[in-house]
Amino acid sequence: MLESLDTIKTTALSELQKTSDKETLRLWYSKHLSKNSPLIKSLRNLSNVAPQDRPAIGKHANHIRNVLEEAYKERTHDLHQSIASTRQKLADLDITLPGRSLNRGRLHIATQTLRRIYTIWADMGFQIYRSREIETDELNFELLNIPLHHPARDMWDTFHTSTPGVILRTHTSPGQIHAMRANAPDPIRVILPGMCYRYEQITARSEIQFNQVEGLAIGTNIRFTDLKGTLTDFARRMFGNSTRTRFRASHFPFTEPSAEMDVECFLCSGEGCRVCKKTGWLEILGCGMVHPAVLTNGGYEPNKHTGFAFGMGPERIAMLKYGIDDIRHFWGNDLRFLEQF
Amino acid sequence: MKVPLSWLKEYIEITLDPHEIARLLTFAGLEVESINFIGLPQPDQLQNQTSIYGLEWDRNNIIVADINKVEHHPNADRLVLAQLYDGEVTHTVLTGAPNLFQYKDQGELAQPLKVAYAREGAQLYDGHNSNQELITIKRKKIRGVESYSMACSEKELGISDEHEGIIVFDSDAPKAGTPLVDYIGDAVFDIAITPNMARNLNILGVARELGALTKTPINPPTTNITISKSIQSPLEMPKIEIAEPELNPRFTATLIENIQIKPSPYWMQLRLRMSGMRPINNVVDITNYVMLETGQPLHAFDYDVLRNRSETKVPVISTRLPKSGEKIVTLDGINRNLDDFTILVADNTGALSIGGIMGGSDSEVSDDTKNILLEAASWDLINIRQTVTSQQMQSSQAGYRFSRGVSPEIAASSNHRAAEMIRSLGNGKIIHKFVDKYPRHYVPNTVKLPIGEIQRSLGVDIPTDEVVSILIALDFTVEQKKNILHVTAPSHRLDIGIAEIGIADIIEEIARIWGFENIPETQISDLMPRQENNTLLEKEEKIRDILVNLGLQEVITYRISSPENEQLLHPIENGPYVHLANPITPERSAMRRSLLSSVLECAQDNLRFQQRIALFEVGPVYLPELSSSNEQSSLPLEAQRLSIVLSGQRLSLSWINNRVETMDYFDLKGIIDQLIQTAHISNYTIDVASHPAFQAGAVARLTIDGSQAGLFGVLHPDIASKYDLREYPTLAADFDLMAFVDAMPDHYSSNPIPRFPAIIEDIALIVDDRINNAEVVASIVKSGGATLTKVQLFDLFRGEQIGANKKSLAYRLTYQSEVKTLTDKDAAKLRNKIVKTLQKELGAQLRSE
Ligand SMILES: [Zn+2]
Repeated sequence: MLESLDTIKTTALSELQKTSDKETLRLWYSKHLSKNSPLIKSLRNLSNVAPQDRPAIGKHANHIRNVLEEAYKERTHDLHQSIASTRQKLADLDITLPGRSLNRGRLHIATQTLRRIYTIWADMGFQIYRSREIETDELNFELLNIPLHHPARDMWDTFHTSTPGVILRTHTSPGQIHAMRANAPDPIRVILPGMCYRYEQITARSEIQFNQVEGLAIGTNIRFTDLKGTLTDFARRMFGNSTRTRFRASHFPFTEPSAEMDVECFLCSGEGCRVCKKTGWLEILGCGMVHPAVLTNGGYEPNKHTGFAFGMGPERIAMLKYGIDDIRHFWGNDLRFLEQF
Repeated sequence: MKVPLSWLKEYIEITLDPHEIARLLTFAGLEVESINFIGLPQPDQLQNQTSIYGLEWDRNNIIVADINKVEHHPNADRLVLAQLYDGEVTHTVLTGAPNLFQYKDQGELAQPLKVAYAREGAQLYDGHNSNQELITIKRKKIRGVESYSMACSEKELGISDEHEGIIVFDSDAPKAGTPLVDYIGDAVFDIAITPNMARNLNILGVARELGALTKTPINPPTTNITISKSIQSPLEMPKIEIAEPELNPRFTATLIENIQIKPSPYWMQLRLRMSGMRPINNVVDITNYVMLETGQPLHAFDYDVLRNRSETKVPVISTRLPKSGEKIVTLDGINRNLDDFTILVADNTGALSIGGIMGGSDSEVSDDTKNILLEAASWDLINIRQTVTSQQMQSSQAGYRFSRGVSPEIAASSNHRAAEMIRSLGNGKIIHKFVDKYPRHYVPNTVKLPIGEIQRSLGVDIPTDEVVSILIALDFTVEQKKNILHVTAPSHRLDIGIAEIGIADIIEEIARIWGFENIPETQISDLMPRQENNTLLEKEEKIRDILVNLGLQEVITYRISSPENEQLLHPIENGPYVHLANPITPERSAMRRSLLSSVLECAQDNLRFQQRIALFEVGPVYLPELSSSNEQSSLPLEAQRLSIVLSGQRLSLSWINNRVETMDYFDLKGIIDQLIQTAHISNYTIDVASHPAFQAGAVARLTIDGSQAGLFGVLHPDIASKYDLREYPTLAADFDLMAFVDAMPDHYSSNPIPRFPAIIEDIALIVDDRINNAEVVASIVKSGGATLTKVQLFDLFRGEQIGANKKSLAYRLTYQSEVKTLTDKDAAKLRNKIVKTLQKELGAQLRSE
């Protein structure tokens, strides 16, 4: 019995030397000094020992327990010391050494820009309405007041599919019809984001696919003044609180009156630079009051309802904001480009 | 469209600076894209707000001069010496201009040649450089003759690309010494004309807009015509027949006899070139000039050709649709098979021209032409556009204008205008009265505009007298009846619609001229629509966020791919595809069916520059065999998918741990585990799968809520190498995004932080190799019940000690109760139960110490 107590002592002390931190110390303590440990059990179960041996064994066991408790305290102290000294050593390190490498993911810059646009419009009560990319000629053109063979069709170079009358949408505007037909005659305030397609050569300035975000507000009292105010609010949120806007007359078949909104160049504060072609202004979006024919096609009554619509290109906005000079970078997905955002 | 300021000023008295004109036009919807300053001083960029360029001419050094004599060069055949008077002294100027050779060694010229003269020190463009390279004229010797000044070409002065010879002005040019800028200095506006403004595809239209914007009346060009009534003509007028009045509402023709074909005067050539057209001869130039001036395209036939084709020498000209198989060789030399809808101008012999677009080469005006028949007609714009598109005649200026709409009302006046110019500049005679067939008369359009509509649309109260004055300035006639304005459009306003559309059209005109900048900004005061979540999009974006947080880079690839591209990944599957009828390249000929294929291409593109590739994309594929459910038309299903590709090193190079670790199946599995967990998807299984694109045994199928979400695993090396992904294993996942989105709960509950301590213990098991971890964990979880809060595999071991076809799995188990502190007894009891169940269900044995 006494020998087995000695074995416990030897094993425990040797194992104590192998402990290296708080956790291994905890495990050591639970193995050798907890109430389930053989040593403490033996102390608790002294009644099982022959009465004449009890004092000696009890004494010896208590002694070992004290030795181990003492050794445990010492080891705990030593380990604290060693951790502290490691800390001391760290203080001598070259603190400019790079940290451990981590893998950081990122959203594509187009997604980041879209999300910024979503957030701003959401704050103004415009909700997101998505619709399909492969569309009918009817939805993409005819119902938007662009009849077949109409000169306005020159404004869009279209990808046709091998199914006659089915095309890749050239703008998110067919979503206007979808949204109107889903909501008429109730008021609408939505933005319509998504990928659009144009039959063009891929160059630094033109792409075959691009995101567009259109907006549509319809009600019984939506006016051109509201269009100006709302879009100027958007411009301030998107480009900075001091952003100024100007509206120029323009033409889109699905709005009338139609306008282009320019913002004062945020790169040169309107002084004139390369990006704004020294004009001090950047063309940002097209907009206008919803054309009566489109209102009718969407299920609204032009003599009761009015509305405005607008459309912008997130990639173009990102190009301006971050000085990106080649639109092909977006779908080129070179990580050396994407990792900058 | 290019609009020289000097030309505009012929119809409107305007003293505004060019940049101010540009601003006015731009804000009214005629976007001035740039101003080319020809000689004139350029304004400060800042007040300008329009892109400007051009060459300013030094008033003292670039002047009008007279060449009085042209002599040969003593040492060079291709150079001449011009005696040039600059208003003060006579200089000898060296030039190689071929247009002076005809005057060589003829002594004193009867009439001096008026030229543009640049003195020493003047800045010009280098005529021999294809770019606009600025040079300063310096004194030098050329072939033994001193040269210190020059007579200039248009190119050197920045007027056009013309460098064939020097400019020789018309004889009425101002006296020698006059600063050139005072004579022909100009500013050319380049204006983008939108389709609704076809009326402004001409100088007069722009002048009219400017007149309305500045409240200035305009003076249209004279259309007086000089008819020589006293002379007997040897020719008879042709007969005109219109077979398709809907397609050809009007046809006018004038016969101009006995003309001389020769170059146009310099002033006309200059205007044409500044407007971007090439001068040819006086007749062609005048038809172009009048087209640019009024917007009416004109066509001149050689009348003797027409007469010779007719047996009676009295041509019968008809406008009609083609006969079956009919052809025509047009001015551009192309022999065209005519579409059955194309309207022709023909005589009894056959087609003479494609109506409104291009003449035939047979009756083209040549240097020998004596008599011409001048046509000014009007055509149906849709029909012209169909022919332009079908015959690919987009370069035709006439076709461009007619396909956007030309008012039939200007045909006669434009014909008069051009005929009179041809008569006077070609020294010809007009003897017969012109012919005017006008079977479909223009009907004026009156729109009833309730005054309140203006404020309802614009939100601003524009005084009615202001509204009326704007409309009158735009040539509308306005009659007010109570609260309704009866607004009649002028004949050139083909863009004004009827009823509600007409009202919107007219309100746009009012707003445009009133000025958008004068319309205030307001917040929307209308009722806010009902607000709802877009759950689908929000969940999609949540998945993006989760993957980004797991260290993946989002990519967005081309959605137009090709079957050939996708066959690399799916050699067996092939379509069906949504094919494009007009692809830009064979590589982008169909809408993709595979998102993973696109992401693998993206990985391939990045390989050369990256040690670690960890990409994902969320986006649609296009499946024509499945139609969208909620549409009546059978459009292809656009199915949202999620693809992930990993390849390369786990971490980038580091001084702390510079061991290169390669990503393997478990990097991908870890991402998928985390994705499922973070998305709070609970009901899913992962099973062994097989797919030719993946390595056998290393591909898994994810099933969520009983439906297949897709596959993930190690890409088959043969497939990976097609994308050059050879160096490292490639891990790929290809999922149906909706399987995740549908399973993501809108709500889930959280658990309280445990109040009672946990008991942690480890168990090591020996099981048959064929039993997988998921089965063991499932058994442990089942028998452990609610008290078992965590199971972590921390060791997997195979080896001799354990025996063949066996493996050892070690798990750390956490027991924790929500209601009490667990005793060792509790733990032992639970452990027993777990071990017994494992033994019974999986034949697992506890591994002894
Ligand atoms: Zn700028």
